[in-house]
Amino acid sequence: MKMMSALMSPVGRKVLTGVTGIGLVAFVIAHMIGNLTYLSPDPTAYNAYAYKLMSLGWIFYTIEILLALCFILHAVVGITIQVRRRQARPIGYKNYTSAGSPSLQGYSARSMIFTGIILLVFLVLHLISFKYGPGEAEGYIATLSTGEEVRDLRRLMTEKFHEPLYAFGYPIIMILLGMHMRHGVWSALQSLGVMSRRLSPLVYTLAAILGILVAIGFLFVPLYIYFW
Amino acid sequence: MIIHLRIWRQEDRTSKGRLVDYTVNEASEHMSFLELLDVLNEQLLQSGDEPVEFDSDCREGICGSCGLMVAGIAHGPQKRTAVCQLHMRSFNDGDTITVEPFRAKAFPIIRDLVVDRSAFDRIIEAHGYVSVTTGSAPDANAIPIPKETVDDAMDYAACIGCGACVAACPNGSASLFTAAKISHLGLLPQGQVEASQRVISMVDQMDAEGFGDCSNYAECEAVCPKGISIQGIARMRRAYMKGVLSA
Repeated sequence: MKMMSALMSPVGRKVLTGVTGIGLVAFVIAHMIGNLTYLSPDPTAYNAYAYKLMSLGWIFYTIEILLALCFILHAVVGITIQVRRRQARPIGYKNYTSAGSPSLQGYSARSMIFTGIILLVFLVLHLISFKYGPGEAEGYIATLSTGEEVRDLRRLMTEKFHEPLYAFGYPIIMILLGMHMRHGVWSALQSLGVMSRRLSPLVYTLAAILGILVAIGFLFVPLYIYFW
Repeated sequence: MIIHLRIWRQEDRTSKGRLVDYTVNEASEHMSFLELLDVLNEQLLQSGDEPVEFDSDCREGICGSCGLMVAGIAHGPQKRTAVCQLHMRSFNDGDTITVEPFRAKAFPIIRDLVVDRSAFDRIIEAHGYVSVTTGSAPDANAIPIPKETVDDAMDYAACIGCGACVAACPNGSASLFTAAKISHLGLLPQGQVEASQRVISMVDQMDAEGFGDCSNYAECEAVCPKGISIQGIARMRRAYMKGVLSA
């Protein structure tokens, strides 16, 4: 009970957002690297990778449940912080501007709630399109080099990203993801208190680099499929 | 120099306020911003109008009484000064400057530009102190403390409790103020005994006062007249987690 009220405190809310955020960043990086197997010269590499993940069995499902929890908690706490922000200043300023450095109130920081909500909606659509999209029952079957017959995700991906909506919509969302991570990665570490005078500027820069790398890593595959 | 002002006027706590335009024709670049308001008030008194209410005391930038949103920034565009140390040379002849009170639900407006910051006092009352036997001052070097630690503690102790951090924070969070007090005491040996109890009580009180959550924007550090670092907020979070886990 004491632990619960501690987690609901202003510090607890930040710790929750930070911990779940770091879990989600780990997922996003793993997902991005997984996607890059599409570019492998071996055309069965992508399906083999997806199949391998699924065959992890209970480990895979445990990770899925943990990730779902991370998503839900991260979103709920994030929205709570936004609601409390309105309550904390019911009458806003007529004239307000950032004082500039050392303030980190840039585009990515200010738009966290918007990029976050867009990413949440995107996640649902993305799961419908791919995870719960057509599978073996609909004839999406590929044969691996080992001879096993598995779901042909590569074909689904190739088809989807030949549609302009997917080919260009996804990269835009991935840029928003990069922005969300730009403030998020730094913010999560500051929220968890793992900061010092020397570490802070380094982490802030690395967060930007990570955000850019993840965005590029993700948006490259859809554009590659569409144009090549 | 001629300065145009758009100042928030509000009769009392409950009435609806509005921005009112004024012009001061005989401003000097050597005046502080508060002296400009003094000149405006003389003008208003001479014409039989109500003067603009604002807080100030030492006018040396050390007491924390004054605090205004000047041109959209807490304490104005000059870095690391309270608004009493903001001089008109920071502006240009003919500028129009908007002046608003520090806004937060926890800082209700009393009148015009004066806000009630007693929420900060209640955060201090919650445990912003060390319990020591008072009496004659102890020997200065009775407890050895590393120089770096003392310097760090002094940096946090520099907080004058003006409320600019809350005013500038897009979320209306009081994290920097609370963290400065917790870090100042938590860094020193005298603060160790009650460290866990202190951080939990003060954070709880900050929440109860209706301040918003921190989003790590660091806007507070940018407007703080004492330049207090958000590293203190990271330190407060570490202390809080340690306090909860050890309780």
